[in-house]
Amino acid sequence: MDVDGVPQEGNRTLGVHRRGMYAKDANGRMVLVPSRGGEVDEAVTVQVIERMDALAEDAKSRVLAGKTAPLEYWMCNKRMDVALLSQVTGFWQWRIRSHFRPEKFANLSQKTLECYANALGLSTEKLQRLP
Amino acid sequence: MLIEKFQHRHAAHCESGVVATLLTYHGVEISEAMAFGLSSALSFAYLPFVKLTGFPLISYRMPPKFIIRGMAKPFKTRFRFETFRNPDEGMKRLDELLAQSKVVGLQTSVFWLPYFPADMRFHFNAHNLLVYGKEGDEYLISDPVAEEPQRCAAIDLQRARFAKGMLAPKGLLYYPEVIGCNRVSAEAVRKAIKKTVRIMLGPIPLVGVRGIRMLANKVKGLKNDEYALNFVGNIIRMQEEIGTGGAGFRFLYASFLQEAADITGLEELRELAERMNEIGDGWREFGLKAVRMIKGREAFDQALLSNMLRGQADRETEFFKMLKRAVA
Repeated sequence: MDVDGVPQEGNRTLGVHRRGMYAKDANGRMVLVPSRGGEVDEAVTVQVIERMDALAEDAKSRVLAGKTAPLEYWMCNKRMDVALLSQVTGFWQWRIRSHFRPEKFANLSQKTLECYANALGLSTEKLQRLP
Repeated sequence: MLIEKFQHRHAAHCESGVVATLLTYHGVEISEAMAFGLSSALSFAYLPFVKLTGFPLISYRMPPKFIIRGMAKPFKTRFRFETFRNPDEGMKRLDELLAQSKVVGLQTSVFWLPYFPADMRFHFNAHNLLVYGKEGDEYLISDPVAEEPQRCAAIDLQRARFAKGMLAPKGLLYYPEVIGCNRVSAEAVRKAIKKTVRIMLGPIPLVGVRGIRMLANKVKGLKNDEYALNFVGNIIRMQEEIGTGGAGFRFLYASFLQEAADITGLEELRELAERMNEIGDGWREFGLKAVRMIKGREAFDQALLSNMLRGQADRETEFFKMLKRAVA
């Protein structure tokens, strides 16, 4: 890649940041060039963000329908899945899934709620409600 | 407390950036490319049993800490690694070292770093950064993937250092204890290149050029569904989005080969650097084609993408054989 081939069209997921890329300058030397990003890196990041947002939206509508607990929504909101939440909290996966049942979630101890809240970077108040 | 004369440097990749900046601060003036190449970090692996955001890990480099550890022999260094059972201990130790005017490397999660763009914050725990001071409650951070130094509140840094999950950092901090040699020898460069050749042309099916072919076969067998498009998108994400310097570290390696030519006097390495640059372009073409299909501008063509990957495998096979002969 030449220096003038380094993507600069922009990648909205980068915000104001520029990524470092290596490219050949006019003297044939590979140099570090700050890049604003471009179509390729934007598209693949957007793909995974949209996938995660869709999971969160789906969880949200099921919470509103009374089919699952806000815990599941917040897990998706924080880009986690049951496997990761299990690793972070130390709770078995089947146990986490059982806590998704609204009536089960409503009866969780303060201690358990704090464990989830801490894992997700939320207050226990926020954890028990949709945003 | 602020460590005088510390210079932040922008880099393409976190671990190679941290190592180069840290060693330079200690009088070993090396570039990120040299840190990367000298530690033989270039690689390829297709690991279907390791999942990141639900999709298989495609790695274009050797595992985390390979670059740090790879500095031991060439510079006769010893790095001290410390982990902690509780966050308070870990933060206290960091403060202690900063008070001794040490610049400290940290392993952290990316998700909990507040200065990372929100869209980039995924649960990845093997990020590396340097801390070079503290002002009030904020740490002064030299994160190589950022152009400028950053600040991070203690509570956030603690969270990032002690995040749980795969590759959990456990507050890992590191710094060089001893540096026995501050120049890169031609012999160290040759040895490092030979090791990279062995990795890329090695016999393990998931690794090196065999790994690229294995991935090519997997892509060929994908269906015409959402999963397949995400699978392909994930390959490109691993290649371009996570700070590889472009084309899965291939452009960074080309930069290393140019420096290697200077140090060893082997002019052929300069030509091979140019070849590596072209191979990198091949990866980027693959990425561009895949994205056109993901965006629906072209029909999803598994066979075409598979052939492009196979082409990359062939090019890299030929390349590494030539590289092997050049340093024999």
